[in-house]
Amino acid sequence: MMKTILMGSAALAAMTGGALAQDTIEVTLGVLNDRSGVYADLSGEGSVVAARMAVEDFNAEEKGLDVEILSADHQNKPDIGANIARQWYDQEGVDAILDVPTSSVALAVAEISSQMGGILIDSGAGTTELTRGQCQPTTIHWTYDTAALATGTGKAITEAGGDKWFFLTADYAFGHSLEDETSKVVQENGGEVVGTVRHPFPATDFSSFLLQAQGSGANVIGLANAGGDTVNAIKQASEFGITQGGQSLAALLMFVTDVHALGTDVAQGLQLTEAFYWDQNDGTREWSERFEERHGAKPTMVHAGVYSGTMQYLRAVEAVGSTDALEVAAKMKEMPFDDPLFGKGYVRGDGRVIHDMYLFEVKSPDQTQGEWDLYDQKAVISGEEAFLPMIEECDFTKTAG
Amino acid sequence: MTDTTPDHVPAQRAAGMPPLHKALFAALLVLLIVLPFVVYPIFAMKVMCFALFAAAFNLLLGFGGLLSFGHAAYFGGASYVAAHAAKVWGFTPELAVLTGTAAAALLGLGIGALAIRRQGIYFAMVTLAFAQMFYFFALQAEFTGGEDGIQAVPRGDLFGAISLHDNMALYFFVLAITFGGILFLYRIVHSPFGQILKAIRENEPRAISLGYSVNRYKLIVFTLSATFAGLAGATKSLVFQLASLTDVHWSMSGEVVLMTLLGGMGTVFGPLVGATVIVTLQNYLATFGAWVTIIQGVIFVLGVLLFREGIVGVLSRWLKRPL
Repeated sequence: MMKTILMGSAALAAMTGGALAQDTIEVTLGVLNDRSGVYADLSGEGSVVAARMAVEDFNAEEKGLDVEILSADHQNKPDIGANIARQWYDQEGVDAILDVPTSSVALAVAEISSQMGGILIDSGAGTTELTRGQCQPTTIHWTYDTAALATGTGKAITEAGGDKWFFLTADYAFGHSLEDETSKVVQENGGEVVGTVRHPFPATDFSSFLLQAQGSGANVIGLANAGGDTVNAIKQASEFGITQGGQSLAALLMFVTDVHALGTDVAQGLQLTEAFYWDQNDGTREWSERFEERHGAKPTMVHAGVYSGTMQYLRAVEAVGSTDALEVAAKMKEMPFDDPLFGKGYVRGDGRVIHDMYLFEVKSPDQTQGEWDLYDQKAVISGEEAFLPMIEECDFTKTAG
Repeated sequence: MTDTTPDHVPAQRAAGMPPLHKALFAALLVLLIVLPFVVYPIFAMKVMCFALFAAAFNLLLGFGGLLSFGHAAYFGGASYVAAHAAKVWGFTPELAVLTGTAAAALLGLGIGALAIRRQGIYFAMVTLAFAQMFYFFALQAEFTGGEDGIQAVPRGDLFGAISLHDNMALYFFVLAITFGGILFLYRIVHSPFGQILKAIRENEPRAISLGYSVNRYKLIVFTLSATFAGLAGATKSLVFQLASLTDVHWSMSGEVVLMTLLGGMGTVFGPLVGATVIVTLQNYLATFGAWVTIIQGVIFVLGVLLFREGIVGVLSRWLKRPL
């Protein structure tokens, strides 16, 4: 294939006087995520599909970019992820790594990318550390972070009248920080936290915690946990009739695939924040339909983030004319974007991508029309409000160059 | 496999290391020196760390007859301590590795002293329980960084002079540690101490009746095994420049059992083969996505059905020589 490209471009070069031959830039992208474990549905193969769609929609070939996409499973283990990332940069000539859910793996890959002259465009991980404590000039954090989810959910619900909160918190650092961030937002907006209970991680039986929440007099129960814990808590809350009893459930980290798996009869009334939902406007619907044709399911916000991130990366590579990590990262921060999935947005100096976030409520079974008709949009949270402010040391637009 | 056949034991005594083992160790060393020029050095280092881990585990299971289900605690515990020492205290790599190893030894001594009071399944459950306690400690403690782990651990300068940032320099540092560790384990197994261990494994009441203080031997072997598991973990944290919850998770304890059984329990070279197979699978099958665990499962099932003594165990039976 290489040969035909070279010969083709040589022939073209002969005709056009050498301009095109130099224009072919080889770009190798690596989609590194969970393809077999708990995050396989929300990232996995779907992210590879999203990246491929971005390359096609960008018309990469016509623009003189020869893009190749690799993928691998990091099995949610940082050492496996780190090993693959090193090998990709060292031996496969990868220029950028995409997606990388699971905070510990994302942080490891961010560090390696900056050491080895690559870019990490993260969509799947939630940790704010990526653009704060362990920020790197070559890290771009696209879709969401835990702070944005906490702010989105905390602020929008409190403003809508849910002012008495009770937290069900997974007892480890992630759960604690979600709880802290959300309760801060709740209190700033005039709400109060009436109680909190910590459950072991992971937990299967939430009945005693849910009973405490039910008796606490709170009107919102915040689930400061993730994955299987959130799903279990919601299932059991539905058995206890919590939402029917007038209390609402707010999940602080949940994805459309989780809601889809639970079904609207269990998850109805649940409130949650996401960066993207397929049924928001014509742009998202058109793209999601094409995505569904190829992947067999609607996209999550993580998939959408991989698509948009890849687009912005290719735009920057085209503008810079090379794949030099620092230059491309700087270019990505220079150019604001306006794409069909995330609307208007920009990449901040620390690599945090600023775009709107949305508060959704899960529809009741009689409201839905179709398998994936799951959310009602309740509020829009502007990017500046949702994400944490930038810390000075991480503003690489000032220190770069 | 249970090398109690009378013909080779005296031979070992007489000649030290049998010539076959000498040749195999020499071949292994040559192979390991050439290896980084053929495969990716980081991958080779990972294989070596796990080989040492499995060899340490094999000392306890294969020669001591004690099945511990909590070896991740020593492996991961040492990797946390070494990472912390290198990153926060600014230790040189060799000191960081030693600190981590010492921590694992202490942990092994403490847990071992309690665990060896029970036998069989109860022993396994006690070790698993302590390992789970350690997992939750690592999850909650400040210095471990919770689920983010300790990231960006500096590789530092060996003895304050040789930079280990070069993969090749680090490779030979890791090679020295793991090869040395494995030779040391070999020496332990083939010492009088090792003979008594085998005696205890085969028939504990008889060993007691012969006047051996069985519990003391068990505690020593448990601590030694934990120490070398720790040495492997501490080295791994420098190779990958991170320590994370994966290393203390119970599935890591399970993985090392799998490596040892697949390679051949109670053989010298079995754990090395088992670790190589499993790590290679995990690494090279990563592109197959969801198939990794399935393929790993199929291989394990085949292993159990076709060669119950493990790869090296079967080879050893064919050759009629202990390997």
